Amino acid sequence: MAEALATVARVDGLGMILIRADLARAGDAIAEAAGLAIPEPTRIVSDGSRSLGWMSPDELLLILPAGEVAAALADLQQALVGEHALVADVSDLRAVFDLTGAKPDQVLSKLCPVDFGAFPKDGLRRTRAAQTAVAFWRQGKGFRVIGMRSTADYLGLILQNAAIPGSDLDPR
Amino acid sequence: MSQSRPFRLPKGGRLIDRAYQLPFRFDGRHLRGLEGDTLASALLANGQLMMGRSFKYHRPRGPVASGAEEPNALFGLGQGGRFEPNQRATTTALVQGMILRSQNCWPSLDADVGEINNWLSPMLPAGFYYKTFIHPRPFWKHLFEPIIRRSAGLGRAPTDPDPDRYEQAYDFADVVVVGGGIAGLKAALAAAKGRRRVLVLEQSPNWGGRTPVDHKGGEAEIEALLAELRAKKTVTLRRNTMATGLYDHGYLLAREALADHDPNAGIPRQRLWRIRAGQVITATGALERPLAFSGNDVPGVMLASAVRDFIVDYGVALGQRVVVVTNNDDAYRTALVAADAGLEVAAVLDARVQAEGELVQAVRARNIPVLTNTAIAKVKGSRQVEGVSICDQSGDGHVTGGIDCDVVAMSGGWSPVVHLWSHCGGKLIWDEAQAMFRPDPDRPPLGADGKGNVTAVGAAAGDLRAAGDLERDEGQTQPVWVMPAQAPYKLRAKMWLDYQNDVKVTDVELAAREGYASVEHTKRYTTLGMATDQGKVSNINGLAILSKALDQPIPATGTTTFRPPYTPLTLGTIAADARGDAFQPLRKTPMHDWHARNGAHWEPVGLWRRAYAYPKGGEDVHAAVAREVLAVRNSVGLLDASTLGKILVKGPDAGRFLDMIYTGMMSSLPVGKCRYGLVCSENGFLSDDGVVARLSDDTWLCHTTTGGADRIHAHMEDWLQCEWWDWQVYTANATEQYAQVAVAGPKARELLQRLPGTIDVSPEALPFMAWAEGELAGIPARIYRISFSGELSFELAVPAGRGLELWEALHQAGRDLGVTAYGTEAMHILRAEKGYIMIGDESDGTVIPQDLGLGWAISKKKPDYIGKRAQARSHMIDGNRWRLVGLESLDGRMIPDGAYAVDAGENANGQKKMQGRVTSTYHSPTLNRPIAMGLVRHGPERMGQVIDFPTPSGETIRARIVDPVFYDKEGGRLNG
Repeated sequence: MAEALATVARVDGLGMILIRADLARAGDAIAEAAGLAIPEPTRIVSDGSRSLGWMSPDELLLILPAGEVAAALADLQQALVGEHALVADVSDLRAVFDLTGAKPDQVLSKLCPVDFGAFPKDGLRRTRAAQTAVAFWRQGKGFRVIGMRSTADYLGLILQNAAIPGSDLDPR
Repeated sequence: MSQSRPFRLPKGGRLIDRAYQLPFRFDGRHLRGLEGDTLASALLANGQLMMGRSFKYHRPRGPVASGAEEPNALFGLGQGGRFEPNQRATTTALVQGMILRSQNCWPSLDADVGEINNWLSPMLPAGFYYKTFIHPRPFWKHLFEPIIRRSAGLGRAPTDPDPDRYEQAYDFADVVVVGGGIAGLKAALAAAKGRRRVLVLEQSPNWGGRTPVDHKGGEAEIEALLAELRAKKTVTLRRNTMATGLYDHGYLLAREALADHDPNAGIPRQRLWRIRAGQVITATGALERPLAFSGNDVPGVMLASAVRDFIVDYGVALGQRVVVVTNNDDAYRTALVAADAGLEVAAVLDARVQAEGELVQAVRARNIPVLTNTAIAKVKGSRQVEGVSICDQSGDGHVTGGIDCDVVAMSGGWSPVVHLWSHCGGKLIWDEAQAMFRPDPDRPPLGADGKGNVTAVGAAAGDLRAAGDLERDEGQTQPVWVMPAQAPYKLRAKMWLDYQNDVKVTDVELAAREGYASVEHTKRYTTLGMATDQGKVSNINGLAILSKALDQPIPATGTTTFRPPYTPLTLGTIAADARGDAFQPLRKTPMHDWHARNGAHWEPVGLWRRAYAYPKGGEDVHAAVAREVLAVRNSVGLLDASTLGKILVKGPDAGRFLDMIYTGMMSSLPVGKCRYGLVCSENGFLSDDGVVARLSDDTWLCHTTTGGADRIHAHMEDWLQCEWWDWQVYTANATEQYAQVAVAGPKARELLQRLPGTIDVSPEALPFMAWAEGELAGIPARIYRISFSGELSFELAVPAGRGLELWEALHQAGRDLGVTAYGTEAMHILRAEKGYIMIGDESDGTVIPQDLGLGWAISKKKPDYIGKRAQARSHMIDGNRWRLVGLESLDGRMIPDGAYAVDAGENANGQKKMQGRVTSTYHSPTLNRPIAMGLVRHGPERMGQVIDFPTPSGETIRARIVDPVFYDKEGGRLNG
């Protein structure tokens, strides 16, 4: 039997902080507090431990080890004093999956209307997987996928189904 | 001529492998085919010519085509959940062990009782079904309708769930070429420049289209093209992938067959590709048209191209002695192929007066008789061709001779496959010289930039000689719509246009006589082109006949609409993975598994599943609900309220913003306090409600209903982004960040005080409508002192990941207090006992807050809020609106939900006038009697009056109008 197109694994222990602000005005302050450069639109920057993703023209998502959330929240709030901004701990709001293996892009191609031929190396894509909202970016040779906490079982199931052995998208 | 049968030729067949035999079953008989066979070629090789019965007259039918256009050879395939009706024998690959069942016949294909319809055919003309509506009237209901209903429908629907897996996938390409024939492959090669991504889709398992069959050296040329394309990284070649439909913006759907041939491979059976194409090139080829002569549906009459396909591709001959009948040069290829295969070609009958092309010369050189200006007057034989009588094409069918034969290979010319081109708005022109509709290159489907985004090439564009250097000089096609030209009614009544639906030349003529001038109307009236082949072989002939009958040129008649899919798609492919547990996302709260373990009876609330009640032991649901209500009233209950929407609103203008969103005043709410708020639409109607807490100077947390979370967040962002774009406000939907638990009942405070923590929940520290935060049971928590039950009540919010931990800690600590998990139904009853409204029960999109006695939640001081102006319109303030009251059943029976209260008099339609309706109705366990709320005209001014609620059973329930607060009117229980 052929191998699964990718291995789907739930990831725990990540913290997430939502940041809404005028990135042109507050970008430098956020970058300093987060310890990462501000990503270009539709991109994500990472230092291996922390990642900072562009979510919308005035929204960023900081992904970091859960143990660092409290301190990072304080740093960001401190950095944005006097600035119109919203910083919120959303660590529990989402479910995280990692796709690793031979063809993780093909798994996502079955669920997300995304052109992987044109997906940049540092891209962050907010889209849907079948009927639920997701975002994803490259993590090593695979992908990290975030979805809503309440639909985590559904998301895990459709990722597994899309990865079944022998179902690759290569021309046959 | 003696009986003969189709057979496998001793050699030949470029697609079959004679070394591998595949056993299969057909109507219970055990047969053998070869690797590479289709069902049609395998059946023919076994001598089986008859493959179906027509729909209306149950006439015996053999295959007439060799591809996707086949109207006759349809089978029920497989067994149980894998049974599929209407599978096309000409495009379905033979698989070892396949089980085929013939359709539309009883008791069997050979001896079909329905064949009697054939003899009744003069009584079943076009539109006979519609005529049964009219006259004689009782006949329709009692005679025709029950019989027609039973006999309608081709094939049986499967009854078991489909065990196969299906999937979808997305793809993107700069150029998609549809069709892997010579024109498509050449177009793909031309398109594959630079970094342009080119995707080539071929519906069959084999590349090349007609070229390998029709041209010497064709196979080699195709192989060379494929080799060149395969060497390019930017080109993707997909076989077994049928483009089913083209939609706006280059959105192309295609179905790839993955495991049709091997259902047990464990992989998806089919895949639906959802492709975004920059440009689409349709290289979909052309379909050969039948000729309309009497008896053209007798098994053994086949399209000329199909006759040679079966010989060249599968080494299968339809019979021993062939007559070719044509109006063009192309059909002469069939004569040559048949002669090469060792068959006898009795004659080529050519409707044209002159036939001099290279192919014609080649046939004459073989000493095959070519008879010009010659037509078939009639096919002899009923179950199988036994011969033809011939006549002059220009005449009225006067028979001039006869020829014995068992195969009639007919060709009425070719029609480009224009389906994809037409799906998305591409226009056609009538090409008089070639007698065909072809794509008008000046009026293609348009892309977003207003320029054409579809190009037709090769035969699909009307270029029937697309093989370039391989082609030979051909004479012109002569349009022949009726054979012979002056055929009398008797002959025309046996000339089939639509084989599957039994539509004949005379049916279309009848429709024209009866006033059906529009081709679309004629289609529906006669059912021409309405079968599973969607008229692929019949449409052009049909509209040519209609044009003649209407005495107008063919372009004035036009074509019917081409709609996707090109060939039928199985529903499984469209549903794909959305079945079983993946049918829809099921939203689960952090405590979902606990509810499941504790026997929750579920209620769907949007995509959430919430616990309706938790029946215990032998308890039924109603008993569980009653127990849960009483536990809250008497001790303490726990409700999983995690699904409530929680929207953060922050910024210098947040207070001003919320004063517009809510009817009440939120900017004046002190930090640390909560306030109940109502959200209305611009039209003033109540949209949502919930408790708002002020978290800090510039931050509010807005609770919404479960169903309102996304909707109200979108409502807020809509107003912020579109209307008040310069207000400094940020929102965030934090609904799923928190698990929320309502702790309600006289012992709620005692329970909370038993848990270790840093939050003082005493009445002094945490009064009604206040909130506090800190730690509870070691978990960071916010506690809101709010109540939806009328009891002393707290709502606890903790990070979702720790919700279950808190929930279990509360159960643990309150065991001796009788702590009880309660579900949504108990929650509903508790609020109804208190006269609290529920969005979606008391409101339905036509109700304003004033109707519900919620004027107290509307600020009179504010200059504006969303809905304020609308609520001042005359109809909103005229005093005649139905308003909220309580309803007390006089005899102890429950009033049904939604029941209407009748008024005196009747309206203009003779219906009783109404004066109110029930919005909520329950049995109250607390009061041990039914309670109800409803909206009644002038209701609050009519306390004590009795109104009538007639029920469907004919009985009337009488109810007294009372205060909607049934329990604890003073509200003392809020404080425990």
